[in-house]
Amino acid sequence: MKPINQKAWLLVLPVVVCVAFSAILPLMTIVNYSVQDIISPERRVFVGTEWFRAVLRDGELHDALLRQLGFSLAVLLVEIPLGILLALSMPARGWKASAVLVIVALSLLIPWNVVGTIWQIFGRTDIGLLGAALAGLGFDYNYTGNALDAWLTVLVMDVWHWTPLVGLLCYAGLRAIPDAYYQAAQIDGASRWAVFRHIQLPKLRGVLMIAVLLRFMDSFMIYTEPFVLTGGGPGNATTFLSQYLTQKAVGQFDLGPAAAFSIVYFLIILLLCFVLYNWMQRAGTVAEEVPHA
Amino acid sequence: MARIDLDLAHAYGPNPRSDEDYALLPLRFTFDDGGAYALLGPSGCGKTTLLNCISGLLRPSQGTVSFDGRDVTGDSPQARNIAQVFQFPVIYDTMTVGQNLAFPLRNRGVPAAQVRERVGQVAEMLDLSAVLDRQASGLSADAKQKISLGRGLVRHDVAAILFDEPLTVIDPHLKWQLRRKLKQIHREFHLTLIYVTHDQTEALTFADQVVVMSRGKAVQVGTADALFERPAHTFVGHFIGSPGMNFLPARWRDGWIELAGRRYAPPADEAIAQRLQAAGAFKIGVRPEYLRLARPDDEQAVPAVIERAQDIGTYWIAAARLQDHAGGAGVEGTDGIVGANGIVGADGSPLLRARLGDEAAALRPGETAWFSVFHRHTCYYVDEELVR
Repeated sequence: MKPINQKAWLLVLPVVVCVAFSAILPLMTIVNYSVQDIISPERRVFVGTEWFRAVLRDGELHDALLRQLGFSLAVLLVEIPLGILLALSMPARGWKASAVLVIVALSLLIPWNVVGTIWQIFGRTDIGLLGAALAGLGFDYNYTGNALDAWLTVLVMDVWHWTPLVGLLCYAGLRAIPDAYYQAAQIDGASRWAVFRHIQLPKLRGVLMIAVLLRFMDSFMIYTEPFVLTGGGPGNATTFLSQYLTQKAVGQFDLGPAAAFSIVYFLIILLLCFVLYNWMQRAGTVAEEVPHA
Repeated sequence: MARIDLDLAHAYGPNPRSDEDYALLPLRFTFDDGGAYALLGPSGCGKTTLLNCISGLLRPSQGTVSFDGRDVTGDSPQARNIAQVFQFPVIYDTMTVGQNLAFPLRNRGVPAAQVRERVGQVAEMLDLSAVLDRQASGLSADAKQKISLGRGLVRHDVAAILFDEPLTVIDPHLKWQLRRKLKQIHREFHLTLIYVTHDQTEALTFADQVVVMSRGKAVQVGTADALFERPAHTFVGHFIGSPGMNFLPARWRDGWIELAGRRYAPPADEAIAQRLQAAGAFKIGVRPEYLRLARPDDEQAVPAVIERAQDIGTYWIAAARLQDHAGGAGVEGTDGIVGANGIVGADGSPLLRARLGDEAAALRPGETAWFSVFHRHTCYYVDEELVR
């Protein structure tokens, strides 16, 4: 039997301390808030799961959650195929590849609130290029007044901001495919679609998984852009989950319900990521589980 | 199946000027229908470039490729109906083994019943029948390479099957099996096979005709025997054989061959003797396998000081330094490294390698041994080319 050396714990300690301060302690603070009614800094009452029950019954929150799910779904449905298309159409090598890489990456360098500001001005019907152009073409476009317009503007803004990330990830994935695969496909007489379906897409599985998870988590937590663009309006049209949470926690200072909701929010993201990850791990390899005689 | 005529050159950059700019120097060659060929050469000698020109993955920058007299230079690999197996196994991850094998046929719109029949036959031939319904991505490297090969074989009308170092990632004992499989397939189907490798054993055992390439040039084409017995160029002598041929710089003087300060009788062949006389300086090429220990009183024996004798299992390799009795001409030993002076001994003087039997066990470092160098296997080289 090997002697047990307890000193190994010392080596793990720095990580434990870092994670404790960055994740566990803040999370525990939230857990602490979520079971109390904080009336004033000096007065607090233990309320058990009351806030959780209240949060789960909150109609406004349900609406925000549905909006959020719809938004994230739309983001994934648009950005992933678009990103793949973008990557496929980017030049593979030479100075053109470098130039296109820089241009594509530009939008990723812009801070969230600036993106919001850019689109706020861009979409204005009086001075904005997009808004004025649409108005000129006879469209009744108004993101401050029309709920659908506002929702679509936020979606288009997110697509503009983040599709390049998906594109760059896929581009890296595509470049990692050895030439022999394309050569073999050429020799086997594969069509362009067959090359995509049987070589490129399977080889992109890893990066696509990362892209989907990143875009899902990011879009599910979207806050700054709609806040700058519409402030969550008109009405509640662009009030997504984090916006709603901020209104509760900072606006109304309802710390207890906000904390309870934070935990629920966190669990939703965790659950959905888990489901997505497992689904994608298995996609395309189902046949492998067929037992062989 | 087709006869393949090449008359081409290829440079990757535009406007090639010197020989250095060419990946493949102007070359004219015919692969006969149903032949088994190997392209053998060190890395970067242009053998893969040549292969890709044949398959159509690469269009030669000048010249033509013809199949059975038909110019196919501008045709795609698909139009040429070529099969190619690459260094690393290429399989389609999302498909089963059977689907992988069927892929080239499906792409060509072959009826399903016929596809099933062909896939069955090829799987049988390659011992893949048991795994036909398995996902191809989960298999071992050699099974994957068999699938790559199988995708070439399912089309029974392929003009030729090209192999680009296909056994590089395969375990040694499986290499042997796969190579035998290839030979068997060649015999049964009379396909034109062209096999690229840098492994001489692989080339010599696989092919009827071996094309030895160096720096974009086909240096010699011949059977394994010809390459061993009469290397047309010192490069071939160096490259084929382990260790490679010994090359001894010598001179012609007054009707005698002068080697390391001693005089030897000129070759019996008048034509060769005349060429050597005209050249003045030349090299004597002799395979380590043809060096024999001789008696010291043998006039035609060459003395050398033993450096070391190594037991390589079934035979011995002796390394010896030729003693220079006059100064000037040294001896160029070789181990496949081509340099101005070849391999040199520990003190800077050149080495001679001999492959000997158990008699080498008696050799002690520092002793002088006598080697018979001149006999019917001895080759002569002027300007690196064989004197015939």
